[in-house]
Amino acid sequence: MSFLQAAALLAVAGCGTAVVLTRDPTRQVIVTGFFGLLLAVLFFVFQAPDVALSQIVVGTVAVPVMALLTLARLRTRARRRDQP
Amino acid sequence: MSFGPFAVAVWLLLVGLYGIVTSRNLVHLILCLGVVQASTYVLLLAIGYRTGGAAPIFADIPVGTRAVDPVVQALTLTDVVVEATVMALLLAIALQVDKRFGTVDPDELRDLRG
Amino acid sequence: MSRRFRLSLFAVGAAVLAAGLLHGLAGLPAFGHYHGVYGTVLDRVTVSERHATDVITAINFDYRGLDTMGEEFILFAASIGLVVLLREQRDEHVDAERASEAGDPEQASDAARSGDAADPERTGGEAGSDARVEAERGGGHRLRTSPALLATGRWLVGPVLVLGVYIVTHGQLTPGGGFQGGVVLAAAVILVFVAGGRVAMAPIRPTGAAEALEAVGAGGYVAIGIAGLIAGMRFLSNFLPLGTVGSLLSSGTITSLSTIVGIEVAGALTLIVSEFVDQRLLVGGRSATEPRSPK
Repeated sequence: MSFLQAAALLAVAGCGTAVVLTRDPTRQVIVTGFFGLLLAVLFFVFQAPDVALSQIVVGTVAVPVMALLTLARLRTRARRRDQP
Repeated sequence: MSFGPFAVAVWLLLVGLYGIVTSRNLVHLILCLGVVQASTYVLLLAIGYRTGGAAPIFADIPVGTRAVDPVVQALTLTDVVVEATVMALLLAIALQVDKRFGTVDPDELRDLRG
Repeated sequence: MSRRFRLSLFAVGAAVLAAGLLHGLAGLPAFGHYHGVYGTVLDRVTVSERHATDVITAINFDYRGLDTMGEEFILFAASIGLVVLLREQRDEHVDAERASEAGDPEQASDAARSGDAADPERTGGEAGSDARVEAERGGGHRLRTSPALLATGRWLVGPVLVLGVYIVTHGQLTPGGGFQGGVVLAAAVILVFVAGGRVAMAPIRPTGAAEALEAVGAGGYVAIGIAGLIAGMRFLSNFLPLGTVGSLLSSGTITSLSTIVGIEVAGALTLIVSEFVDQRLLVGGRSATEPRSPK
């Protein structure tokens, strides 16, 4: 296993732990985007360009955008609940 | 060292499950589910990898060159897109839960009935 | 069941799972020593059999085309489920004023800029600046998007669209295909939304077009499969002429299926994101009391 592959694996493992340990959802979305990018690098290093292409767009564009929209909606609703 | 990728896949699975079990926010839970999904991708690609193999695209390398397994990549590829859609569905469910019960804390949700 | 008890139960379960998984995975061939036959055979025969140089796309749309049909319908069903979940409830209605006002962010931001010349933070269109444009005054929500983001996003939409079409159509030659290209096309629409502020989706209102595209994609896949039946072969068999290796119109039905799936995925993801964005325009029945700036 080459050095690049080992480094990518370690980075993915570390970032996955960071995603879980980041409790605040807004911050976690950023870490998730970064995790998606690291996964794409891992896929490239494993000689899987098609998968990496999918992962880049999905993991750094689609999922963070949807999560942030959901969080914004939740925050608006919470704010509206607090003020009568 | 050759067990590395499988160990990382197992670690991601367990860490993601830990995040799901101890989550205090449904959106945090859903993003931890993303980590669990990533563990399956890593496992699949690690199974199909061949040392010294190239990507299975024969546009510029001659057919017969040592290449990695294309079948697991095909599986993982559609998997990535489909599971993003499933995450969208889960986020919509979280929105509806918040509308019905006023909270996205799984611990508080357990106590509410109907 | 207290939290501590739940955690200890999880610890036990995770330990058992980890032990089982590690034991099972240890039985696999070592990393890098893949022994499977199917993959090796496919690597060798795809170019000659299907005139496609991207083996993965050939697998997705020819050798295992039925599985891709199932995955495509998962996408379809999930987006339908999402639309049903997020539909307007009786107590929420689209804030018509907010939507119509949102339909012209440019006009609103121009009005704000002309009336806000004394803002010390504004540095007039300098790239990378922190300038905030207040598009709505007097209560309600504030739309603040920096001009650099607006400009960059607007300029990038065209290239991203072209990139998406390129990835979809060149699926059988280079890394790409319907799924990746469809997601990139949807990303172009998301870019419009992100770069124009959250209300810029309103004038596009892609919901109707997205639904139509999605339906065309899902139905088209089955139609091409049935066309294989009509041509006298099996469902989803590759009956079109295979063409020359490396040209754009090669590999028979792989190209058409890839394009159809690209349309479907783009439609599904656009629909999903536009449903989430539409949620932001919904208010909980408070719209009438919110002060509005005159247009």
